[in-house]
Amino acid sequence: MTVIELIQITKTYPGGKMPAVYEISLKINKGEVLALLGPSGSGKTTLLRLIAGFETPDQGKIFLNGQEVSRPRYCLPPEKRGVGMVFQDYALFPHLTVAENVAFGLGSLKRDLRRKRVEEVVDQVGLTSLARRYPHELSGGQQQRVALARALAPNPIVLMLDEPFSNLDPDMRTQMRMEVAAILRRTGSTAILVTHDHEEAFAMADKVAVLNAGRLEQCDPPELVYHIPATPFIADFVGQADFIPGVIRDGKVVAEIGVFPNASPFVDGTEVMVMIRPDDIDLVPDEKGVATVLSRQFKGSENLYTISLPSGQILHSSQHSLAVYADQTRVGLKLKVTHTVLFRREDPFFNKELIE
Amino acid sequence: MRPDALKLPFERSGLSSLVRRACPDRWHLATLLLAGLVLAPLGVVLFSIFSETNDVWLHFVHTTLITLITNTLWLLLGVACGTTFVGVSLAWLIAAYDFPGRRWLDWALMLPLSLPPYVVAFVSIGLLDFTGPIQTQLRSWLGADQVWFPRIRSTGGVVFVMTLTLYPYVYMLARNAFLTQGRRAIEASQSLGQSRFQGFFKVALPMARPWIAGGLALVLMETLADFGTVSIFNYDTFTTAIYKAWFGLFSLSAAAQLASLLVLIVFIVLFIEQRSRSHQRFSQAGRSHVADRIPLGGVRGWMAFVYTFLVFCIAFLIPVGQLSIWAARVFGQDFDSRYLSFFSHSVFLGGTAALLACGCALILVSASRLKNDLLTRISVRLATLGYALPGSVLAVGIFIPLVWTDKQIIGWMKNFFGIEIGFLFSGTLFAMLLGYLIRFLAVAHGAVDSAVNRITPSLDETARSLGISGIPLLRKVYLPMLRGGLLTAALLVFVDVMKEMPITLMTRPFGWDTLSVRIFEMTSEGEWERAALPAMALVLTGFLPVILLSRYSGKGN
Repeated sequence: MTVIELIQITKTYPGGKMPAVYEISLKINKGEVLALLGPSGSGKTTLLRLIAGFETPDQGKIFLNGQEVSRPRYCLPPEKRGVGMVFQDYALFPHLTVAENVAFGLGSLKRDLRRKRVEEVVDQVGLTSLARRYPHELSGGQQQRVALARALAPNPIVLMLDEPFSNLDPDMRTQMRMEVAAILRRTGSTAILVTHDHEEAFAMADKVAVLNAGRLEQCDPPELVYHIPATPFIADFVGQADFIPGVIRDGKVVAEIGVFPNASPFVDGTEVMVMIRPDDIDLVPDEKGVATVLSRQFKGSENLYTISLPSGQILHSSQHSLAVYADQTRVGLKLKVTHTVLFRREDPFFNKELIE
Repeated sequence: MRPDALKLPFERSGLSSLVRRACPDRWHLATLLLAGLVLAPLGVVLFSIFSETNDVWLHFVHTTLITLITNTLWLLLGVACGTTFVGVSLAWLIAAYDFPGRRWLDWALMLPLSLPPYVVAFVSIGLLDFTGPIQTQLRSWLGADQVWFPRIRSTGGVVFVMTLTLYPYVYMLARNAFLTQGRRAIEASQSLGQSRFQGFFKVALPMARPWIAGGLALVLMETLADFGTVSIFNYDTFTTAIYKAWFGLFSLSAAAQLASLLVLIVFIVLFIEQRSRSHQRFSQAGRSHVADRIPLGGVRGWMAFVYTFLVFCIAFLIPVGQLSIWAARVFGQDFDSRYLSFFSHSVFLGGTAALLACGCALILVSASRLKNDLLTRISVRLATLGYALPGSVLAVGIFIPLVWTDKQIIGWMKNFFGIEIGFLFSGTLFAMLLGYLIRFLAVAHGAVDSAVNRITPSLDETARSLGISGIPLLRKVYLPMLRGGLLTAALLVFVDVMKEMPITLMTRPFGWDTLSVRIFEMTSEGEWERAALPAMALVLTGFLPVILLSRYSGKGN
């Protein structure tokens, strides 16, 4: 069942030269977690605020549970939409206890029902023992759970989280990610998560919507976004990606390091760029090898090698944690590509230097 | 809230909603009303520039206008130099160095703010005049009839007294500037080969300029608005001339014209203050890892102590001491029911004005939060401009329209109903409280506004996403979080109204004498000792906000 539907949403801020979001269409189903992923300025927070009702679209429509809530020049205010929000700074009311904070949006319930619901939600986020504390007495992770509980308490149509983990230290971040993902699944909540961290998006979301400069470039499950990115921007944004030039010949893609199968609609003669991920090639030390090791980055669980080809092309390869090769070692390449991802060579992504 | 039932049906956009959005809502009306309250007296006063010149005005022009202007200019110049020198030197010593007694002198140097300037004025004259104890003692020691002693009743005397009471404005702001920026700047310049002394003049002082200018602007506006001090010294300035024109020569229009000239001067100073504030915004507010103070040992340390302690003594300890002595002397005869009535009047007026000002400040702050558009922003800015208008100007500016309104109502009642009634608005508490509100709304608004800034936009939006907006939002979120700010605002306005003199003198109804009025009456007759008793009450109440203030700015250290 579709909970949220956006149709061709466009918004330009007054004084802005480019639209903050441009012709974005999305559908979110009940119980789904959608990640809005993109660099800063890509329009993901704008989209969030449009869905919440804090901004009005210039064009397009937004439907919540089948009801139209936003369209140009008018929108249903946020207090009437039933959306829950968790902000980056948690925005807990400092003069209320945890329990009072969580109860804040439950004004319409009778007192005993309200108390029951508060207990239920506080229990779901694991803060029962801290219900009487004030926000300044809690740690960052605990404060975030309070913010989550408060947003969940009124049973919102959708829960919206705006970069919720950016205020935590890295180890807390991973832990909270898993906890929050578990809470969302347990409560069967529909949620939208705004983030610039692709790892976060992949870990928590059922579908990832990638935004670039206000446009929606892809909306797919995380595995598809990683393995079959729709644009080179996405390929580069969600993980290490190298692109080597190739050309279609006899229905196959011919490139400097080898020949790849072609499942794309591109015809013979098309000039393309092939996406290569570090886990797509293996290095084999070989005195007569074509490639040279330039540098090694030890990452703990793996070694990331930067290698250069005779043409000057730079590639990366991910090797075993204990496989150490010195700089300037000559290596041969073994291709492990399971599927070929191709982009047109004329794509503006590859011609940025010319534009500038 | 159930997920499948959105509360209200989505309204079709049509003529009705268009009209509703075009009409100003209650918040706009409220802020416009408050802004209008400030603009009306200002407009009335300025408009009088164009009114007919009458005999009284010509009299002033021919006799005293030049004196008024030169006196004002000398006063401004003198006080500016004095407060800058004293304020900046003290601020630098306290901010950059450590010497014996620095810790308590830090906040003690702000205590003179609790003394109304006119109180220090009559104490100084009482002490240092020809017939005062110091000169008398000096003469008896030297056994002479005439010993040279600087005349206290002179321009120098006025400047001296006003410097002593107003330097804390410059001191406070300069101290904050030096604390947050100056010390690190000195270290940077030292690493580049400059001595501390050079560093002060070349780096720290220029960096603190916007703050010093801001403090100076406050000082100058207080100087221009001052009535009590200059009248005690018989030093003719615009404020005393306005009073004389109105009460001595019964010419409201001449008073208005004098007031308009004063307002023009005030605008110039106001302009300077606004400019200095904008520069403050652009200055760095970087991470202040506050470096340690440089300890001053031996002779230099004690010299620093002597200088700061001397200022504290002269500006605070001696006046308070002398006041206490005099007050004790007259306590027996003067502490009667009349005194208590003065006291209760002052407290009542202060309390009522505080409530009014806080309520209006709350309205302004809520309006700026709920409706952040250009109209609201301008209205709020205008409504808080009242602090720049001297009390004398406000009194005139309020009275003229009120008298006009009253005359219209009286005439209307007579013509339509044949009833004769007296004045409804002018000469009542209404006019007085209105004057206080206009003058001190900015004080209340400043305190509440800085408290409101701690309520982040995300708190607002969170509450809205949970279904709470409008008045319930103000009640459940803003009010609890603003309690501290509102209390501070109420206290500041209460004390300011108790100390206020010109509006009270010029607009009070019959029988509503206050402590400040009593002081004026006593000092007009040179009865310094009897003026000390009401003055003590004012000083004691004045302690509270100053202690608060110095605690707050001390926290930043």
